[in-house]
Amino acid sequence: MSGEVVIDGSSTVEPLSSAAGELFKEEQPGVNVSVGTSGTGGGFEKFCQGATDISDASRPIAEDEVEACKKAGVDYSELRVATDALTVVTSADNEFLNCLTTDELATLWGPDAEGKVTTWDQVNPDFPNENIELYGPGTDSGTFDYFTDEINGEEGASRSDYNASEDDNVIVQGVSGSANALGYFGYTYFEENGDALKAIEIDSGDGCVAPSAETAQDGSYTPLARPLFIYPSKEAVEKKEHVAAFIDFYAENSSEIAEVAQYIPLNDEQTTELQDQAGQLTGN
Amino acid sequence: MATIGAVATAPLRAGRAGERSGTSIGFLVALWAALAFALVCLATLLVTAFIDGYPRLDGALFTRYSSRVIPETAGARAAILGSMMVIVTTALMAIPLGVAAAVYLEEFADPRRWFNKLIEVNLQNLAAVPAIVYGMLTAGFALTVGLPRRVVLSGAIALALLILPVIIITTREALRSVPAEIRQGSLALGATPLQTVWRQTLPSALPGVATGTILALSRALGEAAPLLLLGGLVFVTYDPNGLMSGFTTLPIQIFSWTGQPQVEFRQVASAAIIVLLGLLLVMNALAIVIRNRYQRHW
Amino acid sequence: MSTLTAGGGSSSGTGPRRGNSSIDGPSIQRQSARYGERLVMGFLISSAGLSVIVTVGIVVALLVPALEFFREVSVWDFLFGTRWAPTFANSDFGVLPLITGTFWTTVIGLALAVPVGLGTAVYLAEYARPRVRKTFKPALEVLAGIPSVVYGYFALAFVAPVVLNNLLSLEVGTYSVLAAGLVLGIMIIPTIASLSEDALTAVPQDLRQGSLALGANRMRTTLRVVFPAAISGIAASIVLGLSRAVGETMIVALAAGTQARMVDSPTSNGQTMTGFIAQTATGESTPGTLTYNTLFAVGLLLFVITLIINIISIRLVQRFREAY
Repeated sequence: MSGEVVIDGSSTVEPLSSAAGELFKEEQPGVNVSVGTSGTGGGFEKFCQGATDISDASRPIAEDEVEACKKAGVDYSELRVATDALTVVTSADNEFLNCLTTDELATLWGPDAEGKVTTWDQVNPDFPNENIELYGPGTDSGTFDYFTDEINGEEGASRSDYNASEDDNVIVQGVSGSANALGYFGYTYFEENGDALKAIEIDSGDGCVAPSAETAQDGSYTPLARPLFIYPSKEAVEKKEHVAAFIDFYAENSSEIAEVAQYIPLNDEQTTELQDQAGQLTGN
Repeated sequence: MATIGAVATAPLRAGRAGERSGTSIGFLVALWAALAFALVCLATLLVTAFIDGYPRLDGALFTRYSSRVIPETAGARAAILGSMMVIVTTALMAIPLGVAAAVYLEEFADPRRWFNKLIEVNLQNLAAVPAIVYGMLTAGFALTVGLPRRVVLSGAIALALLILPVIIITTREALRSVPAEIRQGSLALGATPLQTVWRQTLPSALPGVATGTILALSRALGEAAPLLLLGGLVFVTYDPNGLMSGFTTLPIQIFSWTGQPQVEFRQVASAAIIVLLGLLLVMNALAIVIRNRYQRHW
Repeated sequence: MSTLTAGGGSSSGTGPRRGNSSIDGPSIQRQSARYGERLVMGFLISSAGLSVIVTVGIVVALLVPALEFFREVSVWDFLFGTRWAPTFANSDFGVLPLITGTFWTTVIGLALAVPVGLGTAVYLAEYARPRVRKTFKPALEVLAGIPSVVYGYFALAFVAPVVLNNLLSLEVGTYSVLAAGLVLGIMIIPTIASLSEDALTAVPQDLRQGSLALGANRMRTTLRVVFPAAISGIAASIVLGLSRAVGETMIVALAAGTQARMVDSPTSNGQTMTGFIAQTATGESTPGTLTYNTLFAVGLLLFVITLIINIISIRLVQRFREAY
């Protein structure tokens, strides 16, 4: 079997799809899987133009994107492939940031904070009077959409004076280099860089909860535990057998792929559902 | 023109005493320090790259593809092959066009006509335009013509446009250095100007042209900005298989790996840097050898 | 050597014309020689014209999306606004933050490169023995040949953590205009050094000898006589270095930062024009969208700025060449 599988979209989901692609290549060396990171929004734009076979997404497809795909005649399936515990991090050198409430996060990141909330003691009077350095995803990112929706109450509502990058590695490097920095991204980027970073526990009213596979799966890490999706195009699956085979592989090995990518695997119920849906899509 | 500085009203320290004055020595030390600083920077850069990257100068670097999940054995195979393919394509486009343009401008064009003066100034400008603008030009061109942006051909077009002014300028200088007698002799014997160029002038200028071309290509080898603009950072894990294939190059791969914080990626980035610098060293050495051995001194 | 061909038309151009030969070859050969030559000449002329087409192409490729952009954003807001947030819900398109980013990295770079470059040039041109020159000039050329992505790596992996944070104990984060600017300076040292050195060596010996004969020592001769004589070339080299610094992408993309803020200190991070272009281009960039047009508007600004700088540099080089 040979051919190319073109994937683009969320940088959060990229490690999963890349891991899947590499593992799949061991079984089918003739199939090349290329994974871009234009962001969830950017990925959907390309997907709904028919330019990609699969769209990676760290949030469900939005209404206007559904419309765009319908207009272009692009039909798809929504497959949940893993769970993410969206992690808020600071540098390992930081001493005072251990737990933040969702209100404090909203104070820090809301659109009204722009230009005004510039020192840590404005977020919590117990914090020192040090300059705030913020890093985070840009506006094309599903992580951005999800975070702003959950924390600031409205998707896309955020201050803009921070280091924005679709490349989560930039966030990792930035936060780890400065003791007063804070950033947020998908769980895997924290796991991969645990020595340089510290995960902040989130208190949404029931006490401080740290992100982990358990707290994400049992639901205690709210509101930042979220599903991760891939959206394969039906046309690609039907016309290209290597794409169908890749989807089957993804569904059957979702736990292993999640572990390799250092994400949180689906629980049993979710895994069965994924395999059923994939089976329906590919006809296997 | 220059004038000798005003004769000082105070008596000048003459002779050797003048060279020994405090300020003179201070000045000389400052100059040494400047040179030393430049050399130290160069040395530090090379040494850090070498120390970081040496452990990864293994077979895997050349035979394996980049990996998202197993950075310890990530390799630059796609990047090396991509670089080669892109450079060859770039050379095939840029060299004939550049040499042809230089031949016209140097041998046939009347330097007094406004059209040719315009081209002259234009070339000097183009040689200094930022590389990323060439990427934007090619992106616009590709869009108009319907060419996909993320393919080898588009990347080669961007690089060819980038180095074209340099090739034209260096070829012109090489042609200029061929003495008029060669041309006149050929014409006197009945050759047309075009035949003169093809059979006499150009072959005589060949070492200079070759040197300039190789140096221009080595610049293209190291460029990443225009290609980034065209292709984005798609994670490429396959060999490029044709002009319309997706690709990555060594500088893009280095850029991508450098951006990743894990130590293993830093290491493999430095290893790739060593490979890239090695390739550039070979190309530049080749250019210098050609210049020294074959350059005719008239 | 060349063959004797039929008499008759030589190709166009003002080179010495071939006189009518008394030996007349077969007319077929004459015709095809002319026809073939016409084709080749056509190829040569169009190759030369290509360079003009490229320039026109650049202007058009930048203008078309940029004009689309200016339909939505006023030129005034663009050039003088101080908030650059093109993709956010409450978007703003003031490019000044990017300009401050470019400004800081460029100034820091020149602050490093001009003294070091000129010092090196003066040393090599005026003081060094021929053997020393022969050893060190290639070193400068090596420095010039290092790709900018390697410099970017150097800035991120070495200058920022080791030099700035450890050695100099400055508190800079991973990204700073200082780290990017310093490495940018290192990159343009060879540009300034080699052009200045050319300018200095072009100054005729008589000037130096006259000055020495009047009793000045080498330092005075260099500073008061040679340097001013070479000033056009030296100025040209600095301006060229400036142009390269403004247009450089990889170093700032890797090491300067991604927050478009009004940079006010060297230790802060910031985003340059080129950094913004690189970042946006590697993300989603679908033609026709406002984001795509914003990219080209900034590209147009960059092109115009470097064009102005280059024109100044070319003028200076012409003056320097004319002087001797």
